Amino acid sequence: MAAPLSVEVEFGGGAELLFDGIKKHQVTLPGQEEPWDIRSLLIWIKKNLLKERPELFIQGDSVRPGILVLINDADWELLGELDYQLQDQDSILFISTLHGG
Amino acid sequence: MCQVGEDYVDPPPRECPPAPRPGRGQKCVKCKEGKPVVAVRAGDAFCRDCFKAFYIHKFRAMLGKNRLIFPGEKVLLAWSGGPSSSSMVWQVLEGLSQHSAKRLRFVPGVVYVDEGAVCGQSLEDRAKTLAEVQQILCSISFPWHVVSLEEVFSLPPSVLRYCPQDLAGTEGAYKAAVDSFLQQQHALRAEGAKDVCGLAPGEEERCWRQSQDPHGPLSLAGSPTAAQTEALCRLFESVRTLTAKEELLQMLRSHLILHVARAHSYSKVMTGDSCTRLAIKLMTNLALGRGAFLAWDTGFSDERYGDVVVVRPMRDHTLKEVAFYNRLFAVPSVFTPAVDTKAPEKASIHRLMEAFVHRLQAQFPSTVSTVYRTSEKLAKAPRESCAEGPQGPRCLLCLCTLDIDAADSATAFGVQTSALSQMPPSTLQAEAGIPTTPCSAVGGGPGCCGKACGREGDSQPQVIKQLCYSCRANMKDLPSLDPLPPYILAEAQLRSQRAWVMQDIQEYLIKDSADEAETTES
Repeated sequence: MAAPLSVEVEFGGGAELLFDGIKKHQVTLPGQEEPWDIRSLLIWIKKNLLKERPELFIQGDSVRPGILVLINDADWELLGELDYQLQDQDSILFISTLHGG
Repeated sequence: MCQVGEDYVDPPPRECPPAPRPGRGQKCVKCKEGKPVVAVRAGDAFCRDCFKAFYIHKFRAMLGKNRLIFPGEKVLLAWSGGPSSSSMVWQVLEGLSQHSAKRLRFVPGVVYVDEGAVCGQSLEDRAKTLAEVQQILCSISFPWHVVSLEEVFSLPPSVLRYCPQDLAGTEGAYKAAVDSFLQQQHALRAEGAKDVCGLAPGEEERCWRQSQDPHGPLSLAGSPTAAQTEALCRLFESVRTLTAKEELLQMLRSHLILHVARAHSYSKVMTGDSCTRLAIKLMTNLALGRGAFLAWDTGFSDERYGDVVVVRPMRDHTLKEVAFYNRLFAVPSVFTPAVDTKAPEKASIHRLMEAFVHRLQAQFPSTVSTVYRTSEKLAKAPRESCAEGPQGPRCLLCLCTLDIDAADSATAFGVQTSALSQMPPSTLQAEAGIPTTPCSAVGGGPGCCGKACGREGDSQPQVIKQLCYSCRANMKDLPSLDPLPPYILAEAQLRSQRAWVMQDIQEYLIKDSADEAETTES
C-alpha cells in the first residue's frame, strides 16, 4: 500500500489550454495498492484535471507524441518514462511542442 | 567501425532503444561527471552545462559555416513569441554580449507580428499579449518593431516585387566584408568612439529612438482600426479550409515582415524554424503541391525576394532541445493561440503532417533528422522550361519562380485554367466583385490603357494566372478574391496590364526572323 503523495503537475507550451489555462496544479494523489508511476498519474490526470479533448493530450496509455515530460526538470527518457515511480514532492512538467499548443 | 566484414558475419546485438535506457546512475556523455538532464538524439544524455555548450555551439556553427551574414549587416529577427524564435533571439543576445568568446558582429532588430485578430483573440487578450511582448522587448536591447497583421491592408503593391541584388554571397565577398569591417572598427577605436555593435554613433542613436518612441510609425504603428480588423476577420472567415487559412496567414505574415525589413533596410531576416518544424513543413509542403519550392521553403537561406534574404539559423535544433533549453535557462516566451489551437488532428494538412511526423519520431528517433537532412540536399534550380533567371515570372503570392507550364494543357490543371478563362466575364465580375478602379489610379500613365481597363472584369482569372500550382490550389478555397488586401489585387492588375501592353507592342514590331524578334523582346 503506497502512501498518498503530494506532487506538483505543471503544463506549458499551450498544453495548459486543456486544463482551463491553469499552468501549475498542486495535487495530492490518494494512497493505492500499486506504487504511483507516470502511467497511473496520466490516468489520474485524465480523470481529474483534464477539462476537454483528452485525445489532444493522451494517446494510448502515454502522452501524445510531441508533448515532452520533465520530471524534476530532467528528461523522463532518462528516468524510465512511464515506469518512473513518483516520489513525494516531485514536480512533473508537460510541455507541448505542437503548433498552437 | 573498421571491422565491416565481421559485422556482416554476425550482426552484434546493438544497444537498441528498447534495451534499458541510461538509468539514473548514468553520467553525462560529454563531461562524464554531471548528472544528465536531457537525452538528445538516441541515448546521448547531457548534463545541464554540457547541454548549454552544445546548444550554443550548434547555433554559432550554423551561422559560421554558412557565412551569409556579413559583419555590420542589419538583421531582422522574426519573433513570434513562441519557443524557437524566443530561443533564437536569446542566442543572438548571448552572441552579442561582451563576454562571449567569438562575438556575433551583425546588427539585430526584432519584429513581432500581432496575429490576434485571426486567432480568435479578443481585444483585451490582444492588449494583454502585447503588454507581455513589449515587456520582453524592452528587456532586450535591440531596436524593435511591433506590427499588427491588419497592416497588410495598407501594404504597397511593390512588396510583391522581386528586387534583384547584385551583391554576390561568395567567399571572396564575405572576406572582403570582414576585412573592411575590422578596418572600420580599428578606425573607430582610434577615434575613441565607443562602438557597441558596428554602427556609427549617429546611426546607433537613430535606432534607439526608433525603439523607444512608442508612437513612432516605426515601432508600434498604433492599434489597427476596427474596420481593418473586421476586414481581416472577414477574409479569414471566408476561407473554407483550415489548410488554406494557415497558408494564407503564413503568406500575409511573410509579406508584412518583408515590408518591415525593406522599409528599415534590413538585408536579412532570421526566422526561428527548428529542425522538427522544418521536417513537418517539408512533408506538408509536398502535400500542398509546393514540391518545386522545397529548397526555398525549408533550406538555410531563402533568396526568393532578392534584396532580403531569409535565413533559418535554428534549423539544427530540435523542438525538444529548444523546449529544454528555454526551460533550463529561463528564456522568456509568450504563448499565443494559433489558428489551429485545439483543432482535431485531421483538421488540416499541417496538423495531420505534424501528428504523423511526431508519431513516427516517437517510434523511430531518427525520423526528423532524416527528413531534415533531405531538405539540406535539395537544389534550387528551377524547372528547365521556367529557367528564365531572376527576371522570369514569379508567383504573385509566394514570389517563387512560376512552376506552371502554360503550354501543358493536357494536365488536369491546364484544363482547369482554361475553364476559368472561358467563363463569361460578367459572371466573374459579379463573383469577384472587384471594384473597377480607373487604371491610372493604380499606376499607369495618363490615358494609359483603355483596352486593359475594358478587360478588368477578368480579375479573378487574372490573379489565378499569376499564381504557382500550390497557391492556385489554396485560392480555390476562397469563394471570392475580393476580401484580399488591396496590394495583392493592385499588383495583379498592374502585372496583367504590363503583359497586355507588352502584347500590344508586339503587334507593332516588325518581325524579320524569329531570331530578331527574340532579341527585341528581351
